[in-house]
Amino acid sequence: MASIGSAATTSAEAVRRGISGRRMDVAGRLFEGVLLLSLLISLAVLVTLLADVTGRGMGVFVERGLGFVTAPLSSDPGRAGIGQGVFGSLMLMLIVAVVAFPVGIGAAIYLEEYARDTRATRFFTANIRNLAGVPSIVYGLLGLAVFVIALRSLTGPQVVGRSILSGGLTLAIVVLPIVIITASEALRAVPRGIREAAFGVGATRWQVVRSHVVPYAAPGILTGTILAMARAFGETAPLIMVGGAVSFLSTGDRGVLETLQGKYTTLPTSIYQWVQEPRREFVELTAAGIIALLVTILLVNGLAIILRNRFARRW
Amino acid sequence: MAPTRDPLALTIADLRGTARRRRSELLMRSIFLSAAAASLIITGLIAIALVGEAWNFISRVDLAALAAGGWFPRRGMYDIPTILAGTLLIAGIGMLIAIPLGLGAAIYLAEYASRRARSFLKPILEMLAAVPSIVLGYFALQWISPNVVQAICPGGASVFNMAAAGIAVGVLVTPLIASVAEDAMYAVPASLREASYGLGARKRSTSVRVVVPAAVSGIVAALIIGFSRAIGETMIVAIAAGGTGGSLFSLNPCGQGQTMTAAMTALATGSDQVRGADLAYPSLFFVGLLLFAMTFALNVISERFVRRVRVSY
Repeated sequence: MASIGSAATTSAEAVRRGISGRRMDVAGRLFEGVLLLSLLISLAVLVTLLADVTGRGMGVFVERGLGFVTAPLSSDPGRAGIGQGVFGSLMLMLIVAVVAFPVGIGAAIYLEEYARDTRATRFFTANIRNLAGVPSIVYGLLGLAVFVIALRSLTGPQVVGRSILSGGLTLAIVVLPIVIITASEALRAVPRGIREAAFGVGATRWQVVRSHVVPYAAPGILTGTILAMARAFGETAPLIMVGGAVSFLSTGDRGVLETLQGKYTTLPTSIYQWVQEPRREFVELTAAGIIALLVTILLVNGLAIILRNRFARRW
Repeated sequence: MAPTRDPLALTIADLRGTARRRRSELLMRSIFLSAAAASLIITGLIAIALVGEAWNFISRVDLAALAAGGWFPRRGMYDIPTILAGTLLIAGIGMLIAIPLGLGAAIYLAEYASRRARSFLKPILEMLAAVPSIVLGYFALQWISPNVVQAICPGGASVFNMAAAGIAVGVLVTPLIASVAEDAMYAVPASLREASYGLGARKRSTSVRVVVPAAVSGIVAALIIGFSRAIGETMIVAIAAGGTGGSLFSLNPCGQGQTMTAAMTALATGSDQVRGADLAYPSLFFVGLLLFAMTFALNVISERFVRRVRVSY
């Protein structure tokens, strides 16, 4: 049996070898291999997915270049593009940012900084966690009933309520719970001492929140909101419920209000329409649209991860 | 003798600040409170919107139509067992894929992977989690269905089939299960592992007999959340499971099927006739209420479970 060396050379490995006497733990190794395999299968699926999409869709980009990105919808697969879809999706993101972020961050600030730990507060947070678990299509129904039908005269009188405003507000509600939860986590990560120091010199609660807690939590909040945005960008089901899948539309010169109350299409709903077309050209078109969608989403996610690592703070 | 006030002593009133300062504090507080109240309003609106139209449906529909052997809303057949069976079958196939893959990945990442290995293995799951479900729907239809399902199914399968949708749902749910379960195992204190090693246990016994049982509440919660997500998944089944126009009751994974979510998208995209005089439009909300009730119940169960079983370290 190997002698256990002096303190300087003792390593965990040497101790382990000394105890196990060079026998290999075959079953243990096998178990580890199976576990690793389950991760590798996920990787293989991801690689296959990306390879399949690129293989089918790259041709469209090679052939038409950026023309595909700017072209409007068309029933002719040789001319159809994602221009209107990209415009619609960006408009939706704008509405989401304007509506969901202030409300979500405000709610998180209330729950983390103002609310005492009462039964009502616990009910609030449980409710938010439940909202995060509600399938997005149910939010689509909410949007259909509230924005498309009940508030039709506000959201889009010309297009029976199926306007970009209805779609954006619906998406904002879909991501609201996610924004609240991630912002709450970021606020909770700020140590008590920072708050107490500020209270100690006479700051009011709002001053503490504004000048101390929120600045320290800002990177975390930002990462969370960016990820919520990426989620909203790929969200399809609620938009189908509130009428985002309009095949042909004209975009002329329109004012802001007319745009907000007008018809629209989005990148994911364009993809959904193409995927239902059996013709081979449309399969390629679908794949090309998916490339655009995936590149955007993965870039945004990457940005969030970089931000998170860059500003990660250890207390 | 009544205590005399020292005119120089500070009182609470002196520390309270000026009236203006208190007013602005109150203002900010109410702004934040109303933001938080928005979440309650949303819950209320969901309940009102769903229950109202669902009641409209249930009070007007011929109850025999709810067990008509098939889901064909345009023909007045609203067979709930059909869409319920399709939903559970596809979610079941998904869980069959996602449980081993997700838990395996979680145990590996929490117990075996070195810090360096984690730093490039974990992003795989994060990237997979970022893939939108419409992309997985395309993948199910164009790749899983021809390459995997056709090979598994004896006698071939239809182009649109529930197996392909189920497998894609599994792929979608895997990262979710892995991340929640890994968090739970990561939170198990090192002292438990050290105690196990101290008794002479090997890595595998420590992982399976000490860490997993210690993290069981989080792991079960991960599975319930995953299942809840699987039954609510929409785009994959709408694209790959078939049955856009309707479907007969079927439990054959190699064939077409209809789920609650796919039935809802079909009703919404069919055309604007969904607002016609028939019951198609309210039936949308009835199915939505059913789905909402199921996922809500699952979420509540997982929360209860976590609270009851969790040992705080």
